[in-house]
Amino acid sequence: MTNQRYKPENEAQLQELLAWASQNAMTFDLSGQGSRRGLGRPVKADAVLDMTAFSGIRSYEAAELVLTAGAATPLSEITAALHEKNQQLSFDPPDLGPFFGQEAGQGTLGGLIACNLAGPRRLSAGAARDHTLGVSAVSGRGDLFKAGGKVVKNVTGFDLPKLMAGSYGTLAAMTEITVKVLPAAEKSRTVLVMGLDDAQAVKAMSVALQSEHEVSSAAHLPLAAARASTVSYLSEAGGAVTAIRIEGPGPSVVHRCAALRDLLGSFGPTEELHAHNSRTLWQEVRDITPFAGTSTPVWRLLLPPSKAAGTVAAIARSLDVQPLYDRGGGLVWLEVRSGTDAGMAEVRAAVSAAGGQAALIRAPDELRSRVAVFHPQPEPLARLSARVKEAFDPKGVLNPGRLCAEF
Amino acid sequence: MRMPEPDAAVIGRRPSIVEALRAICPEPGAVITDEKELRVYECDALMAYRQLPMIVVLPSTTEQVSRILRYCHENEVKVVPRGSGTSLSGGALPLADAVTIGMGKFNRILEIDYDDRCVVAQPGVTNLGITKAVEHKGFYYAPDPSSQIACSIGGNVAENSGGVHCLKYGLTTNNLLGIEMVLMNGDIIRLGGRHQDSDGYDLLGVVTGSEGLLGIVTEVTVRILRKPATARALLMGFPSNEAGGDCVAAIIAAGIIPGGLEMMDRPAIKAAEDFVHAGYPLDVEALLICELDGPEVEVDHLIERVSEIARNSGATSIRISNSEEERQTFWAGRKAAFPAVGRISPDYLCMDGTIPRRRLPEVLTRMTELSNQYGLRVANVFHAGDGNLHPLILFDANVPGELEKAEAFGADILTLCVEVGGVLTGEHGVGVEKRDLMGSMFTEDDMKQQQRLKCAFDPQHLLNPGKVFPTLHRCAELGKLHVSGGNIPFPNLPRF
Repeated sequence: MTNQRYKPENEAQLQELLAWASQNAMTFDLSGQGSRRGLGRPVKADAVLDMTAFSGIRSYEAAELVLTAGAATPLSEITAALHEKNQQLSFDPPDLGPFFGQEAGQGTLGGLIACNLAGPRRLSAGAARDHTLGVSAVSGRGDLFKAGGKVVKNVTGFDLPKLMAGSYGTLAAMTEITVKVLPAAEKSRTVLVMGLDDAQAVKAMSVALQSEHEVSSAAHLPLAAARASTVSYLSEAGGAVTAIRIEGPGPSVVHRCAALRDLLGSFGPTEELHAHNSRTLWQEVRDITPFAGTSTPVWRLLLPPSKAAGTVAAIARSLDVQPLYDRGGGLVWLEVRSGTDAGMAEVRAAVSAAGGQAALIRAPDELRSRVAVFHPQPEPLARLSARVKEAFDPKGVLNPGRLCAEF
Repeated sequence: MRMPEPDAAVIGRRPSIVEALRAICPEPGAVITDEKELRVYECDALMAYRQLPMIVVLPSTTEQVSRILRYCHENEVKVVPRGSGTSLSGGALPLADAVTIGMGKFNRILEIDYDDRCVVAQPGVTNLGITKAVEHKGFYYAPDPSSQIACSIGGNVAENSGGVHCLKYGLTTNNLLGIEMVLMNGDIIRLGGRHQDSDGYDLLGVVTGSEGLLGIVTEVTVRILRKPATARALLMGFPSNEAGGDCVAAIIAAGIIPGGLEMMDRPAIKAAEDFVHAGYPLDVEALLICELDGPEVEVDHLIERVSEIARNSGATSIRISNSEEERQTFWAGRKAAFPAVGRISPDYLCMDGTIPRRRLPEVLTRMTELSNQYGLRVANVFHAGDGNLHPLILFDANVPGELEKAEAFGADILTLCVEVGGVLTGEHGVGVEKRDLMGSMFTEDDMKQQQRLKCAFDPQHLLNPGKVFPTLHRCAELGKLHVSGGNIPFPNLPRF
């Protein structure tokens, strides 16, 4: 890590700095609060580009469902403003501080969007990318551009806001972001099914998701993960717990929970979590809390839900692993306690065979510097991605190596 | 509307291009050269613009699409992708020196997977075709553009199509899991899959809505949803557009996101009522249709709440559907609004801007002034929940100059949308129709950055040129960097 740090105060300074850098082979490590440094590959750059001047909510129109803020606005500030109007970022932004051994409550809007993070409600409400309506940014060329808009429905021009989401700051330094915001649900409850093995649990979640009861989130906590919960219904269950979240107007939630318990009763005994317990459980799933407090490697597997249990079982034949299932099986957090390079060969082989992707979400810097943290792309796609990088940052000024070794 | 100057040299090479395409697609009728048959492809649903394509080719495999594009890439021949030809913005308008690639033969559903809740389809399958394939199991595909009976799912990806339910259920981009596509150089790539989100750049997100400028989609995977248990609608009349707008804002402020929330102004109400006799009140300035869907207990609960909000917002009439038949009747007028306007005017232009909803009253007032100024009538239907406005400009193309007048009126409306903080197009796309207005919303630098992305996919600008961007800059030109030598600027920037 470098100790040189540049802090542009406005877009003009940022433009000038990046234009100069692109001409003079200088590289930058983009930084807001630095709370997500554990994600992606470690960046080796000449200097830190401190973006914290681009902070503050510029406009918030609750009835229009849009909020515009400086990219480095602390997420806590945005959450507080939304809370006042009973609204939320529906993609359930995770707080991965404790998971990475840091404080909770850190992070900026820009960092959240740049990493395209989302929590359990991703299943029904979309990811960060689905809620990113517009951006202003300065490219690695030093050009200021805006894209998208400040209204919820817009198809004018290429959807560059989506491209910025998940680009890990390798294309442009975002200065301002407009996000879609939505009303928070009036009531939220959780139906639990006790004692299922992974395969049965994925089936039960699939049954719930195919029902008309509008499931908002679906997770499965095998014994170890359930035991780590602070919700006594889980920690004292003595077995695995499958959780289905139901949200909406009060009478509807009560009705749907009852209907789901009927529907899932044939899988195993059911329970119901209300208010505080329900909220705590989903925070734990969102923040990968069962795997916090350690530094063992953790993978994020994106899978066709029906292949989740089989893929984990295949990996478990050669590695010592602990899974946590989210999105009905479409997402698996997999803690790996044995193997070479966090079991990369075994994990990637099994996940690729299932048509999914595996990213090494937590691992020591040394390992993340050496391997492909994100799922390797086939040749024509990798070439296209490199051309896209070049279209925004031809000299590789921004976050070199964060996404892949090639750029 | 000026299209790029046709390249006479390419037109001169037409026989050899035809021969090459026939070698790639030997099936009878796959390469169309006869003028009468080409005529079928001369326009899309933006019928004011017509151009005979140089050649039409109808491939039936991904491999053929790849070979066609590689050939065109190597021989510098422009191509125009085409689905069902229902674009309202001229996205599939042919060029005199280009090959139109029709994707109509890609018309099969490849797989239905209820466990993963997705459908894999070829791009020529219609939007409604996907719902039809899964509705016997109680599922559906959520985005429902009004052309859903005809428009193709590949076209939906190109245009990022919406529909009346997209406030609650999202546009195409929010319901798309993966695609297979062919790049201009013939490379076949897969983006996404059967899972949500992918590592690496979100190219799936940026290809969606790219209007055929980045590649040709050859396979689509969309998520399907369980059909809501029930749906009911409210029909609410208001004495002013302001009151109608206030009611919409109050519904959303109450935390309710309806399945559909549509508004019509007085001229649109009258045209629709005269046409389908849906029982719309004729003594109101604004009519709201609010549809609530979900479990019965939820719908009944929300119907009560919305009725109360409407009463508090000054609604002069409120009707609630008590049967599926009645709900359909409420919608009949709105769904027939375009043909209804077609009945009272020889021609009409359908515009498509989005505005921050709170600016609606002043936009409508300004539109009335413009209507008087141009001497052309206008009727408004409005996806009120998301601020997407569809003004219908009435004119007669047989009156010399009237089309041009209608287009100028339309351009003024869209510029007005941008002025009040909105955008040029909410769901119909830029195409050729709004191409020359892009500068009202984007700076030259904004558009240059979009074009640099285009260069990453299609460095010779062979895919669908003349659409979306008023000026295409050469990729070599766009790649040049600013010159800024000397010392690092702002040496006194704070360093730590």
